[in-house]
Parts: sequence; structure tokens; C-alpha cells
Amino acid sequence: MPVKEGTYGLLAEFDTPGALVHATEAARDAGYRRMECYTPYPVEEAAEALGVVRNRVPLLTLMGGIMGLTTAFLMQTWISRWGYPMNFAGRPLFSWPAFIIPTYEWTILFSGLSAAFGMLALNGLPQPYHPLFNAPNFRQGATDHKFFLCLEATDPRFDVNETRAFLEQFHAVSVVEVDL
Amino acid sequence: MATKGQISDPMIDPKTGEFAVIAPGHNFKSVTEKIAGVVLTSNTPLGWFFGLIVASGVATFLVIAITWLFLKGVGIWGVTIPGAWGFAIINFVWWIGIGHAGTLISAILLLFKQTWRNSINRFAEAMTIFAVCCAGLFPVLHVGRPWLGYWLFPYPNTMNIWPQFRSPLCWDVFAVSTYATISVVFWYIGMVPDFGTLRDKAQFPLAKYIYGLLSLGWRGSTRHWMRYETASLLLAGLSTPLVLSVHTVISFDFAVAALPGWHTTIFPPYFVAGAIYSGFAMVLTLAIPIRKFYHMEDLVTLRHLDNMAKVMLGTGLIVAYGYGMEVFMAWYSASHWEFFMMWNRMFGPMGWGYWILIATNIAIPLTTLWSRKLRVNVTYLFILSLIVNTGMWFERFVIVVTSLYRDFLPSSWGTYKATKWDYMLYVGTLGMFSFLFLLFVRLAPMIPMNEIKMMLPQTKIKGLDAETTVEETA
Repeated sequence: MPVKEGTYGLLAEFDTPGALVHATEAARDAGYRRMECYTPYPVEEAAEALGVVRNRVPLLTLMGGIMGLTTAFLMQTWISRWGYPMNFAGRPLFSWPAFIIPTYEWTILFSGLSAAFGMLALNGLPQPYHPLFNAPNFRQGATDHKFFLCLEATDPRFDVNETRAFLEQFHAVSVVEVDL
Repeated sequence: MATKGQISDPMIDPKTGEFAVIAPGHNFKSVTEKIAGVVLTSNTPLGWFFGLIVASGVATFLVIAITWLFLKGVGIWGVTIPGAWGFAIINFVWWIGIGHAGTLISAILLLFKQTWRNSINRFAEAMTIFAVCCAGLFPVLHVGRPWLGYWLFPYPNTMNIWPQFRSPLCWDVFAVSTYATISVVFWYIGMVPDFGTLRDKAQFPLAKYIYGLLSLGWRGSTRHWMRYETASLLLAGLSTPLVLSVHTVISFDFAVAALPGWHTTIFPPYFVAGAIYSGFAMVLTLAIPIRKFYHMEDLVTLRHLDNMAKVMLGTGLIVAYGYGMEVFMAWYSASHWEFFMMWNRMFGPMGWGYWILIATNIAIPLTTLWSRKLRVNVTYLFILSLIVNTGMWFERFVIVVTSLYRDFLPSSWGTYKATKWDYMLYVGTLGMFSFLFLLFVRLAPMIPMNEIKMMLPQTKIKGLDAETTVEETA
């Protein structure tokens, strides 16, 4: 049966992380790619089963750190040497060893903020609306004690009946259709 | 796994003989219910209201002291020449130091994979933030014109002046503001998934709405979790050098000055160790009543208290080494001024401060914390935590006051006496700290639910790879 307009996907509910990971691995072996697991705590095995290996948070953090380092050091150099040159007890205007401490702090500040906000941005958060919140059982367990696998309708292999039959063989507690 | 007979206490892990990190019998649902229940209940315990009233009553002192300060100026404090740094800097250093244990628990112990920290990291981080709030008040008030406090930051202005980057006080601004920002971000990011749980569990529309906003739409997607875990680890990796640098920079406020008693190279490590020492004492002061009041003994177990007491023993010994080195260097430096400062610190008119410090920071804790019996005696630990907090306050008092009040020239000697406004301000910050902490305990999940769930035996997945199977059969 072709996908009807307005279906986000099929959501299978599991009681244990083991059942979820098993079903996810099988779905990947069966050729599904557009899918996602939803768990109350990070399940690394689920990420492996989905084939999610790397993310770009470390890169963003590094860029933030380099930005903080250069910003702080150049700012202090400019202020002390050109912006507001003052003779403090005969010390050189460009007294770089003293500048290292604020530079160190801003390196950490910028990279920490990049890690946190970069993570949120890559995750597309904040996102108050998501089709999954329409599923009747999702909010009763996804952040508590249930494990969900969602096979999305945009996957070329997706077919409402076949996919439902496929998911039901893994002893899912329930398989529901999620509206957009 | 069956118990081996001779050990009947369910809190002791039969495999290792250690206390269990989480009491047996918990599952995903019970963890959520227990922790979210404290926040989402409609029956707020009467004791909480009582605590809040007492805390806000004490915090009123803060409002009064600050109002009078704004009307009269810093002249109402006991600071004068030669004791130009009094309670304001003592309390600033003390509060910042307390905050350090929170970051140590959330960051350093995460990097060292000490999973037992999962039960206590959330409220230790909250403690950090509220302690930094209290600490931040003091320098801002001490500048005399707090409404111009933003002059501390480098910003383009019509006066065409800029901060002086060769001064440790300027470094302080950078260190403490970075510390406050990163702590808040780390704390909030850590709570986002738990706010998602609260959003889904809440019954009242307003609670649903507010926790929904705070959760940013968190839905526990695995791709999100992986980025989240990476970000948490990176934040931990960044907070670790940060927390070590903050008290180092604060110690530079003293160590860079050419004053006997301040001008020493031992200060940075000894300040950081002292900070962690007092911080763990404060975590115990908070954790012991809370776990009792909210019946969290199964999540914050004797293992946690025992481990924290061990950390206190370790950092306490570093602090003791610091004191020893100060005395040794006073003699070994062969500097007349250093020697006199140390003699005056011990036997001068304010020598009582030094001996209170030695008794409360060294003599009592470092002789008793070796005993496992005492380390798991909850009442004793609570009393000890108060003693160490007092001791660490006196450490700052001794460093600031006894180094300042008798300097090189006897004709300029004086004394330092705190006024009632100094005491009111200090006591007021204790009230503000308790007030904020009580609000936190009531309104936010005080124990990270997702991190506790990660430690449960139900998370084991059978038959995936060799490693898990070996663990299962062991």
C-alpha cells in the first residue's frame, strides 16, 4: 500500500534496550536507512546499529576555542599596545605573558559555548513541535522507561503494510502510525 | 546473582565488598518516579516551606546590609588601612572555593569515569552556581560603586579607557565570569533531557508548558544523544582546566603582591586543594539532610558519602602540606619579614585564628577521616563537614588579615575588626544560598535521571559482543 499523504512514519515501542537494538540492526540489514531510535538515556549500541559514528560537535568546539584564543590575545595586545598605551612601572607595553591568563579563560569560554550551543544547533533544538509528539504512546515513555524505533515514511523502502509486518516480528509492544 | 551468605546487608555489593552505588531493586520507571516525584508532587512537604521561610528570613539580612551599604558606602565595613581587604575578599574566596567541588564532581570525575558521581553531580553543580552567585556579590559591592561594575569588562566606551591586563584583579574578572558562564551552561545542558521527562510526566498545564519550554523539545533521539554525549564530555574536558585555573588566578590576587604571607609559589595548588576540600564539605552538608528528607538513601548511598570523605582526606592532606610549607619557607627563606609574619600569625594578637584553623582544618578531620567506621557515620560526617567549612573560612581569614595588619613598618601597624554590617552581609549570603538551593530542589530534578538509568543493570544488552557476555556470566 502506498504511503498516504501526511504520514511521518511507523513507531514501534519496546520494553528493553536489547529488543530495540535487535530490531534496529534488522531494519538496517533489511535496507532501511531513514530511521531513528528514541531512548530515555543514551544507548550507544543503538547508535552503532543506526550507523551513527561521528558528529561535528568536536570540530565546532575546536573552532570556538581558536576563535576565543585569537580574540582574547589580539584584543589585549591592541588595547595595551595601541588602544590605551600606559606605562605601568616600566613594564613593556606588549607584556604578553600577562595576557596568557585572560586568553586561556576565553579559549575555554568560547569553546565551551560552541560545544553547548553547537550541539543544540546540530540537533535542531529548540524545536517545540515534532510529529512524534502526536503518537499517543510516545510521551508516555520515550523520556521515561520505553524504547522506540521509528521507520520514516521518506525511506524508499517504506510501505505501510510491509513495514508494519516487518516491525511486528520483533515483539514490539505496539506499532503505531505517526501523523505529520 | 545470589549473595554469598555471610554478607546480608543488601547495600553491600557481594562481589567487591564495597557499598553499592545504587540500592538494588530499581528500574527505569522507579527512578523516574522517585526523582520526578519530588518536583511534580502537589503535596510540597511542610518541612520545605519551613526551610524556605528560615532561609528567606536570613536572606533579609543581605537585603538590609546591601541597602545600608548603598546609602552609606563601604565605610560601614571594617576595612581600613592597613587591613584594606577584609570580609569581602575572605567571603569571595570562600564561596568560590565551595563552588569548585561541584565542577570537580561534574567534570573531573566524569573524565575519570567515576560513575558513582552520577547521583550527586546535579546538586553539586547547582551548589557551584549558587556559591558563585554569592561570591560574585562581594567584589562587586567592594568596588564601592557597584553600578559601575561593568567597567571591569573591556568594552569600547566614550571615556576611551580600557582595563589593565597586567593586573591579577583583571584576570579574576575573566576567570570568574568564564567560570560562572560555563557552569551555568553545563548545568542547564545536563538538565535538558530531564526537563523532557518532567514535561512528559507533568499533570498541570503550567508545569507542562514551563518544562516544555525548558526542555527545548528534547525527544531522546539517538543522533541527538550522541552529540549530547560528545558535548558533555567536551564540556567536562574544558571545565577541568577551567576549575583548576579559577582558584589559581584567585591565588594570584595574593601571590603576585610582594607582601610576606602572600608572596609564595605554593599558593595556586594549595588554594585549589583547599577549594575542593571545602567544596566537598559543603556537598556533604547539603547531601546528608536532603537524602534523609527526601528518602534518597537508595540513590545517594553510603558509597557516595564514603567516597566524598576520602576525597576530603586527600585534599585535606594537600592543604596540610601547604600549611607546613608556609611555615618551612618562613624559616628557610631567611627573610626577616617572612619569619616575623609567621610568628605574628601564630602567636600575635590574632593567633587564635591560626589555631582555630589548625584544629578545624587539620587536627579534627585528618585524624578521624582515616576510619571507615567514621566515614560512614552520617551524623559524624555532617558535623565534620560543618567543622571543615568553618576551618576553610578561617584559612581565608588568616591569609587575608594576619598578613595585612602588621606590615613592614611598625608605625603603620593596626588591627582588623569586622563590623555588624560585615557579619550581616556574610550571614545574608548563607541565607540566599540556602534559599536558592531549596528552590532548586523543589523545581528542578536534583538527581540526573538519565545518568542514573545508565547505571542500572537493565541497560545491559545480551548477545551483542563478547565483552558484555563475559560480564554477564562472571
